[in-house]
Amino acid sequence: MTILVIAEHDNAVLKPATRNAIAAAARIGGDIDVLVAGAACAAVAEAAARIAGVTRVRLADAAQYADHGAENLAALVVANAAAYSHILAPATAAGKNFLPRVAALLDVAQISDIVEVVSPDTFVRPIYAGNALATVQSADAVKVITVRGTAFEPAGEGAAAPIEALAGAADAGISRLVGRELTVSARPELTAARVIVSGGRALGSNENFHAVLEPLADKLGAAVGASRAAVDAGYAPNDYQVGQTGKIVAPELYIAVGISGAIQHLAGMKESKVIVAINKDPEAPIFQVADYGLVADLFDAVPALLAAID
Amino acid sequence: MKILVPVKRVIDYNVKVRVKSDGSGVDLANVKMSMNPFDEVAIEEAVRLKEAGIASEVVAVSAGVAACQETLRTAMALGADRSILIVTDEELQPLAVAKLLKAVCDKEAPQMVIPGKQAIDDDANQTGQMLAALLGWPQATFASKVVVNADKTGAAVTREIDGGLETIEISLPAVVTTDLRLNEPRYATLPNIMKAKKKPLETTTPEALGVDVKPRLKTLKVAEPAKRAGGVKVADVAALVDKLKNEAKVI
Repeated sequence: MTILVIAEHDNAVLKPATRNAIAAAARIGGDIDVLVAGAACAAVAEAAARIAGVTRVRLADAAQYADHGAENLAALVVANAAAYSHILAPATAAGKNFLPRVAALLDVAQISDIVEVVSPDTFVRPIYAGNALATVQSADAVKVITVRGTAFEPAGEGAAAPIEALAGAADAGISRLVGRELTVSARPELTAARVIVSGGRALGSNENFHAVLEPLADKLGAAVGASRAAVDAGYAPNDYQVGQTGKIVAPELYIAVGISGAIQHLAGMKESKVIVAINKDPEAPIFQVADYGLVADLFDAVPALLAAID
Repeated sequence: MKILVPVKRVIDYNVKVRVKSDGSGVDLANVKMSMNPFDEVAIEEAVRLKEAGIASEVVAVSAGVAACQETLRTAMALGADRSILIVTDEELQPLAVAKLLKAVCDKEAPQMVIPGKQAIDDDANQTGQMLAALLGWPQATFASKVVVNADKTGAAVTREIDGGLETIEISLPAVVTTDLRLNEPRYATLPNIMKAKKKPLETTTPEALGVDVKPRLKTLKVAEPAKRAGGVKVADVAALVDKLKNEAKVI
């Protein structure tokens, strides 16, 4: 049994979610190959080769993989799928984008967002915004799976595995990247942060959102997140959104500021180890999941909290 | 240019989901059902493209039990011109739905299919991508902006990705799946709800479309997640800092 894990990267740096997917592969058991598809991405392959549990890295270094378009990436994976019992990718925006394409081309089901490996053919995955956990069994020849990163401790470093070049498939030529507007931040990545300071609609404006939350985040070395309401209102960019359809996070400390706690938001953060809620409304549902709740006006409480942390 | 919009009947997003005590699934008896919210965004986008003179016809499609008709009537009240319902009592998984939609696309030849990016019941986020794969079409998932080229041979789509936004250019026909920020769906007006009752709704079956919809995944059990015990309310910021430092030891 050999498992293929598709690495997520930006051609320069391997994304940490790859390590969680490799950890899930290790739970399934068997040899683990990692596919690094990109352009001028040898450094990524070297990083992947040093992850514990990896048997071999397959490097497809070609121009048509530079932007990780779903069409070309899926075709490459399918062309090399025959050797594998399982094909895994992180359940990130990128993994969710291309992997169902792989599954359909292989005529197999995809098992999305697994949080537990029960056996090589049986997995647990959340449904209904995490309000239920389904245990599902696949009878397909190849199990195509996306992995929820927060449910698996990232794989650490190990001995270097061999890197083998893999020939690319033809460029489908039906999709082209025009450009990216990426949020530039010196803060940790939301899904990998130890501490997250997250804001909701009660911040009231884009200016407040940044002026109130960022000093606290900087002091704690935290990432900044947001509720859907705050993103919809334009207070924060889309990639800040934590929740059922945004990012799933599980930091050691999650500080929810002015977030009421809609079901879809809780779905994205309730696995956090310690949850703090600061909200004016004592009846806000966020207090039902918070370890420490502070009923207070956030505009007083957050600066006071900032001052009290030394 | 014809646009096809798949819509799914799901448990209303305001309903608190209950897991059945026998672990066989969630309780759907006497629960309010609605159109999947991402599909409302999809219908809205298609209707706006029609209103802008870019699309000529908007066709809504659903698959499932006969009651999915209601969802299609809602889609038509929001502006879809006609509907197709693929009736089956079988549990439908994403691959099966993608195959059904492919069969419909083969007949209808739309230039664009706009599914919601995920359904809020099974949270799979697969169907649009699978459909694009089966058709051999490009895909633009998690769209927050769609601009169709003047000659309608392609579109520029801005997508919500983990680090921010990216814009891709795809050739048409294509599958575009909706994210929340694509638009704000309108409400159906009473006159439009009345008009929707007279719009054509065609029914077919998986058998008639020649699609095997047998589930590939077997659900062994459905359980409630471990409940997170609510904690304490603290009196003030000083007490909060004390708890975080000395009890939780996280700062």
